[in-house]
Amino acid sequence: MQLVGLAVLTIVFSATSRADAAASSNSAVVAKLAYCQDCHGQSGQGYRGFFPIPRLAGQQIEYLENQLRAFVERRRPNPIMSNVAHVLSPDMITALAAKFRDFNPKPLGGGPKDLVAKGERIFQDGVPEANVAACAACHGPKALGYEQIPRLAGQLYPYLIKELTNWGKERGQNPAHPDASFIMAPIAHSLTKSQVDAVAAYLSDLK
Amino acid sequence: MKYTRLKIAVVAMACFAVSAAAAHAESLAIRNCTWCHGGSAQGYTPAPRLAGQRPQYIEKQLMNFSAHTRDNPFSKLYMWGAAANLSPLAARNLAVYFSTIPPKAANDGDRELAAAGRAIYQEGIPDANIVACVACHGPNAQGVGEIPRLGGLAYTYLKRRLEQWGQGYHAAAGPPMPQIASKLSPKHIAALASYLSFMK
Repeated sequence: MQLVGLAVLTIVFSATSRADAAASSNSAVVAKLAYCQDCHGQSGQGYRGFFPIPRLAGQQIEYLENQLRAFVERRRPNPIMSNVAHVLSPDMITALAAKFRDFNPKPLGGGPKDLVAKGERIFQDGVPEANVAACAACHGPKALGYEQIPRLAGQLYPYLIKELTNWGKERGQNPAHPDASFIMAPIAHSLTKSQVDAVAAYLSDLK
Repeated sequence: MKYTRLKIAVVAMACFAVSAAAAHAESLAIRNCTWCHGGSAQGYTPAPRLAGQRPQYIEKQLMNFSAHTRDNPFSKLYMWGAAANLSPLAARNLAVYFSTIPPKAANDGDRELAAAGRAIYQEGIPDANIVACVACHGPNAQGVGEIPRLGGLAYTYLKRRLEQWGQGYHAAAGPPMPQIASKLSPKHIAALASYLSFMK
């Protein structure tokens, strides 16, 4: 009888401590999410700071996981995000990515409206004479992305320009860890300044 | 001929009188600011330095004072009244004027805390979910647009503002400063305010 009582107690205790562990990890996710939101916006809509801070809302989970690893592995040399990513466990990264995936705020916008039509043409059809593929071929006709290929719809205008302009200096920088970013390198390189501006204007206002 | 000359002279005098009156009005408005903010707008406790501040930031704060959304105790006491009768155009003109004055660093923080402050400013404290200030305020704390320049502001002003954000003042400004500041300990705040006070 005593033994049974002990067994019951043990079960009760272990169940409580499991529940505690789950609750504390949930509160850790909530606190970490709030930390991401401090810079990336309450709904992950992005923020125009001194540096453009990208939209994470609706982003592909696999893309966010891969980029957070890229900061740690110095494929993307970024002192701020490398510090941020270093303390995140794989479980935490997946949990955070799932939270941002579910946000759906309207785009911050702010790109020049008169470039939107030209940007849409480049996005949907590419620039065949300059060997630039249609962006829609990989990023999808609505620019929602797929797995490691990012959603671009609603991304910040200055962020898109910065990434497309500096692709060869900001992405795929660790030869020991080659990644999929090499696919974008010739495309980003072939786009002219005015084409970059136009594509960015189109995407920055896309829901 | 003589008549024409006379007419030119009269018009010229009228123009001079009008522009002199406008300049006089402007200098009065500036003088109303510099009574407290210092003759060269470098700040005078408790009024912060305005020299070199981002014009869009100054303009927005003046509108916040007149709308009573910036509700910090000194704001209420001094700036609500000072900004009450400012038109948006006058606020913009004052903002542009003060933004063009070269700023001087207050250099009044604790030198021993500056290194700790630098680490928080430039890198944040990821384990404590404290973000790096540099992302929005810039590598030299120069600010951009409506985001203020912090470099070289006075220690007491920076410390007070960081404390007040965390206490819920000026909450109508919305994210992210209230959330960010509420996670900072008194030690973090003293370190950040010290580091920033020495920045050029």
